[in-house]
Amino acid sequence: MTEPVVDIRGISVEFPGVKALQEVDFRLFPGEVHALMGENGAGKSTLIKALTGVHRPVAGEVLLGGERVAFAGPAQAQDAGISTVYQEVALCANLTVAENILLGREPRRFGAINGRAMRARAAELLARIGLRVDPRSTLASHPIAIRQLVAIARAVAIDARVLVLDEPTSSLDADEVAELFRIVRVLRDEGVAVLFVSHFLDQVYEIADRMTVLRNGRVVGEWTTAELGRLELVQAMLGRELGVLDELEHRPDKGRAGEPLLVAEQLGRKGAIAPFDLTIRRGEVVGLAGLLGSGRTELARLLYGADKADTGRVLVDGEPLKLRGPRAAIEAGIAFSSEDRKGEGLVADLSVRDNLILAMQAARGWARPVPRKQADELVAKYLKMLDIRPADPDALAGNLSGGNQQKLLLARWLVTRPRLLVLDEPTRGIDVGAKAQIQKLVAELAADGMAVLFISAELEEVVRVSDRVVVLRDRRVVAELSGVDLGVDDVVELIAATPGAEPEKVAS
Amino acid sequence: MTALTARAPSRFLPVIATFVVFVATFGVGSLRYEGFATGQVVANLFIDNAFLIVLAVGMTFVILTGGIDLSVGSVVALSTMIAAAALRAGWPAWLVVPAVLATGSALGLLMGVVIHRFQVQPFIVTLAGMFLARGLCFVISVESVSIKDPTFRALATGTLELPGGVTITHTVVIALVAVAVAAYVLHLTRFGRTVYAVGGSESSARLMGLRTGRVKVGVYVISGFCSALAGLLFSLYMLSGYGLHAVGMELDAIAAVVVGGSLLSGGVGFVVGSVAGVLVLGTIQTLISFQGTLSSWWTKIVIGVLLLAFIVLQRLIVRRS
Repeated sequence: MTEPVVDIRGISVEFPGVKALQEVDFRLFPGEVHALMGENGAGKSTLIKALTGVHRPVAGEVLLGGERVAFAGPAQAQDAGISTVYQEVALCANLTVAENILLGREPRRFGAINGRAMRARAAELLARIGLRVDPRSTLASHPIAIRQLVAIARAVAIDARVLVLDEPTSSLDADEVAELFRIVRVLRDEGVAVLFVSHFLDQVYEIADRMTVLRNGRVVGEWTTAELGRLELVQAMLGRELGVLDELEHRPDKGRAGEPLLVAEQLGRKGAIAPFDLTIRRGEVVGLAGLLGSGRTELARLLYGADKADTGRVLVDGEPLKLRGPRAAIEAGIAFSSEDRKGEGLVADLSVRDNLILAMQAARGWARPVPRKQADELVAKYLKMLDIRPADPDALAGNLSGGNQQKLLLARWLVTRPRLLVLDEPTRGIDVGAKAQIQKLVAELAADGMAVLFISAELEEVVRVSDRVVVLRDRRVVAELSGVDLGVDDVVELIAATPGAEPEKVAS
Repeated sequence: MTALTARAPSRFLPVIATFVVFVATFGVGSLRYEGFATGQVVANLFIDNAFLIVLAVGMTFVILTGGIDLSVGSVVALSTMIAAAALRAGWPAWLVVPAVLATGSALGLLMGVVIHRFQVQPFIVTLAGMFLARGLCFVISVESVSIKDPTFRALATGTLELPGGVTITHTVVIALVAVAVAAYVLHLTRFGRTVYAVGGSESSARLMGLRTGRVKVGVYVISGFCSALAGLLFSLYMLSGYGLHAVGMELDAIAAVVVGGSLLSGGVGFVVGSVAGVLVLGTIQTLISFQGTLSSWWTKIVIGVLLLAFIVLQRLIVRRS
């Protein structure tokens, strides 16, 4: 076997309070497509950034072509032949295609940029990857998919030995992905080593020769694609952290639910999620399971009106509901607790009390302020009920720990007494104790008659709290599982299944 | 218009629109007033606005990166003050000119470094620079200082004769050279293209490995240099230095750049457009002075309406593409 072009040996990367990578080994051979797999937070991005010089490892070494390297930044890594194409196209839409490909490396004559030579060189590079666009056209005049391919043309313009593709397909449709893969194969056959990151298993199995799986900052293993089946891959990615939360028993009344509260009929949005049917009943917890990028959050955002659906309709209490935006959803009693609690949820500079009554105030309108006494009572009640610490209404929300922030966000929605509560990753990044409390709370709320849509990357958790689990794969609802004997293994199998299988309903 | 738009890419549309407005306002003037459509009226547009052209050139660099420079008017005043005071103190003209240019560039460098290093909004930093420069004028003198230096006087009063009997001043030549150099730098050097890239998407430009820091600081140095140069031209125009010169001129410069088709969010615009913007503003002023009965405040009203119209035009173009 040839020598690896990139050889990462035992590197560790640390952020304040977090060990992002621990003693990770990684090899990349010339002329191969190597997939880097792992769930969110597994350390994929950190590994890429350690390779391209964005992060400095605290231990271990990076060898490039057998020589030890330590880049000070992406520019140095580029000069050494490592090009990166990012998920969000990192180009300038206001410039021409030719400029975007050659910016910083323009051919010059007497110190001035030679426009004609630049366009010729760009045309040559575009021809190499078989892309037919006018180098003189502005990048903004092309769709995202073409821009992504232009980014690749830029990456190969430096005669890259290593091409890093960080989730390049997340915004592309099937034809565009095929075009991208065609280009990747061309480059691979020319001897370029390609590092490919994607959440779509089908794509990984289509393009990758070898894969490395990361979990919680550690390497689970390295396999050739032929060696590792889908089921084993998903198991390697998700892991089996059994026994951590097993003290939380299955709810006694699991499976008993009331009238349908919300019915979605063929609801869908192009590029986000294929049309689906979904019924949520009163007092029921419906779980959404799937890998990252499978359409979990997209589905929830459609139900909340945060994104506009292209097809289908939503019925609440049997009446069609026009979801013009989040306001309409809130009026219909739908609450959405975002996964991005810092960006979209809490106002970090306001006190716990102010954050708590924010949604309630919005519901009442500005003309009717919440009386101070009532606010204090509410705050005291929810601080106690959710065990938020410190139990100080005047503390700044930004100073609370992650778990307590999440509980505060939950409390804020509970104050408005929603009928359907959508929880997107309510337990991500919080400690085990807070997790258990939130799960218990979800169970209690359902027992009181509230409907809950529970989204989590942790399958164990979804299966434990849910009456029914909707399984998503590649932006499509693939199955709905229910019943008391619902197990994690069934869900894992469905997530890992090869495409083509029709949606099925497994009755209990 | 339709034939033009069909052939020209949409990025040239705002500039074309500015030239159309310029030709239209000039046409209105030549129809209504005798002696309006002469070469000398056009030349006077350049003579009376040479400093504003230079100012708009510097401002174009800053606005192309998505920044803003509010200090330029004050730096003009400071430059006139330093020049007048230094000449009065007996400095030779060949020493005064580089000293003024160096001061303006240094102020720009200072502001650029603060903006880049400490990630402060350009608005605030240059607002501070505006107060600082204005205040420094009065440290030198609270009175207007007249310029009696023979070299400066000769430069200010000397004229060049163009074919057709049209005369222009040396300041016009200096301003046009500044425009040419700026256009060269913006379109034919890596620095210039990086200015556009930073305005298009700063994070992308950084990920592409471009030297964004150098450019972000550099545009404020250029703007500072241009302000100082404009200050020198202004001191030739007024033949005095005074702390209350050029009050609010930064807003005229910004208006000219925006009317000239540059997007305040950065990445889109041309120096030539900014020159056209200055000419439009100048033509309106000329029109009003030809009218004679209108107060000069009408200039402000027309400029205000034009600014709004251009911002809406740009929105429409951006939304359509």
